Amino acid sequence: MLTYILRRLIQLIPVLFGVTLFVFLLMHLTPGNPAQLMAGEQAPQEVIDRIENRLGLNDPLPVQYVRFLGNVVQLDFGTSMRSNLPVMDEIRYKFFVTIELAIYSTLLSVFIGIIAGIVSAVRQYTFSDIAIMFVALFGLSMPNFWLGLMLMQWFSINLGWFPPTGWGSASQVVLPVITLGTAGAAVIARMTRSSMLEVISQDYIRTARAKGVRERVIIYRHALKNALIPVVTVLGLQFGTLLSGTVLTEQVFAINGMGRYVIDSIMARDFPAVQASIIIISVMFVFVNLIVDISYRFLNKRIDLNG
Amino acid sequence: MGSENNILRVNNLQTSFFIDGGHEIKAVDGVTFDVPEGKTLGIVGESGSGKSITALSILKLIDSPGKIKGGEINLKGENLVDKTEKAMRKIRGNTISMIFQEPMTSLNPTYTVGQQIRESYKIHQGLGKRESTEKVIEMLKLVGIPSPEKRINQYPFELSGGMRQRVMIAMALACNPELLIADEPTTALDVTIQAQILELIKELQDELGMSVIMITHDLGVVAETCDFVAVMYCGKVVEYAEVKTLFKNPRHPYTVGLLKSLPRSDIDQLELIPIKGTVPSPDNMPEGCSFAPRCPFATELCHDHLPDLLEIGDGEQIRCWIYTDDWDGDPEVKVYEP
Repeated sequence: MLTYILRRLIQLIPVLFGVTLFVFLLMHLTPGNPAQLMAGEQAPQEVIDRIENRLGLNDPLPVQYVRFLGNVVQLDFGTSMRSNLPVMDEIRYKFFVTIELAIYSTLLSVFIGIIAGIVSAVRQYTFSDIAIMFVALFGLSMPNFWLGLMLMQWFSINLGWFPPTGWGSASQVVLPVITLGTAGAAVIARMTRSSMLEVISQDYIRTARAKGVRERVIIYRHALKNALIPVVTVLGLQFGTLLSGTVLTEQVFAINGMGRYVIDSIMARDFPAVQASIIIISVMFVFVNLIVDISYRFLNKRIDLNG
Repeated sequence: MGSENNILRVNNLQTSFFIDGGHEIKAVDGVTFDVPEGKTLGIVGESGSGKSITALSILKLIDSPGKIKGGEINLKGENLVDKTEKAMRKIRGNTISMIFQEPMTSLNPTYTVGQQIRESYKIHQGLGKRESTEKVIEMLKLVGIPSPEKRINQYPFELSGGMRQRVMIAMALACNPELLIADEPTTALDVTIQAQILELIKELQDELGMSVIMITHDLGVVAETCDFVAVMYCGKVVEYAEVKTLFKNPRHPYTVGLLKSLPRSDIDQLELIPIKGTVPSPDNMPEGCSFAPRCPFATELCHDHLPDLLEIGDGEQIRCWIYTDDWDGDPEVKVYEP
């Protein structure tokens, strides 16, 4: 197990290389000169030259990349062009806000999704099944910024139950997490349902019945563990959607997180900030998928982690 | 039959499947047989003859849209058809156990062999992990699994088909059932392993004194393991007899046909003769005897009217017009010479 994790971590190195290279080139391929941007449009050529020299923009690209990489490894993403503060200092707090939002939303979608999926499968073609699948389809088709606005309208403005913006207190967490978690819950519910239905018709479920196992135990012990294998895959992919979803959700609820920071940075062409955000989000995504792969092992012992 | 005590008496069992809003398919249609205590009853028939549905009906494991429509399943005087689901759970895996055709898929891939057998002890005897582990190891030893202490922590995918079927048997016999239903337990296995598994079931039967229902399409298996046979065709028992009687003196034309299509070493045989035609589809059952369209002796009586299952002495039962006073065809066909 440990060797597997270690090997997977080593395999991540080329992936992360690719990400940094891509991010680095992105900056150099975009039209516009960062030095010009920093100095302002009216700036004399010598000021621009000075900034270019200071940032090393005249060095050959490979040299610049290696320097960039060296800094990234030390978690030094340079200074923000907007605030002149180190990007890392700006991101640190925002990163944890987004992580919190992502984790709560994932927990919500897993919890609601799996329970709804099981109920649907066990009561296939009944009213509960049809109702759950209808709601799931609705949740899946709804753009989350719209859902966020509607929730805000109802629960903040009309009913006054939750504050419409911000992040931190428990009541501020509720609406953004529902906004972000709904689509995931819908996907997981549908996946769990179909996966459960397939597992329930398997021979080993009949064996368990023939052994005298109670129906509830059959569902939660014998069937669920097998049914969750494809659900976990979806969960890992869903996390990517979730990360991009945070951008919109944070915007709607005025949450001071990574998603909003990315948008603001892109708008301001704050390249160091954009680079840092993309790299951090990519690393997060890659690690979540590693966790998904490892959790397979607990569900399905047939996956040989050392092979 | 006769003077022996029967552990199980199935009487006129009817199990149907209702599809497409009420359209009925009679999978088991009036099945009657007895299982004498400590003996083995073979249920033989082609695929689709209703033998597996009969077995699942005994444990009341018929899933919707299937339903036991009528008849009796008497286990030591108690009718299982009237039992609640809760009462049935106490019987399943405890008084009556079942093993299945596909050892590859009949074990849960996500739990160890030990966990799966232990569950029976937990459900029926309330045993904790430590007590049951000893029993599981004992059980695995009994079914001939080498180094059971190691196997107990292995997953089904780490075992061969034969080993898995042994695990299934260990699981089925864990709580010392009085009746074991084996639904084609050897069909999916290699020939050499087949013989071993059959031998194992027989040995364990002698050792534990249980009764067995052996469901198979293989008359060879019947000859080797069974004391009594019920031959099924299209959801009905067409002949019930002691094994020796059946092989020596088969009476129903279907049984005769089956035996003629089987290579035998005990008699001179010029060639194997297949039964002509195919099994009628369940939604297009003949009105009379369901074997009539394929029967070489069928008369108009056979085509129009269904014969009853009649006792013809010595505990033999047969569902055929030939053996009744109403028979209007060739009187010579009553005697079959192999």
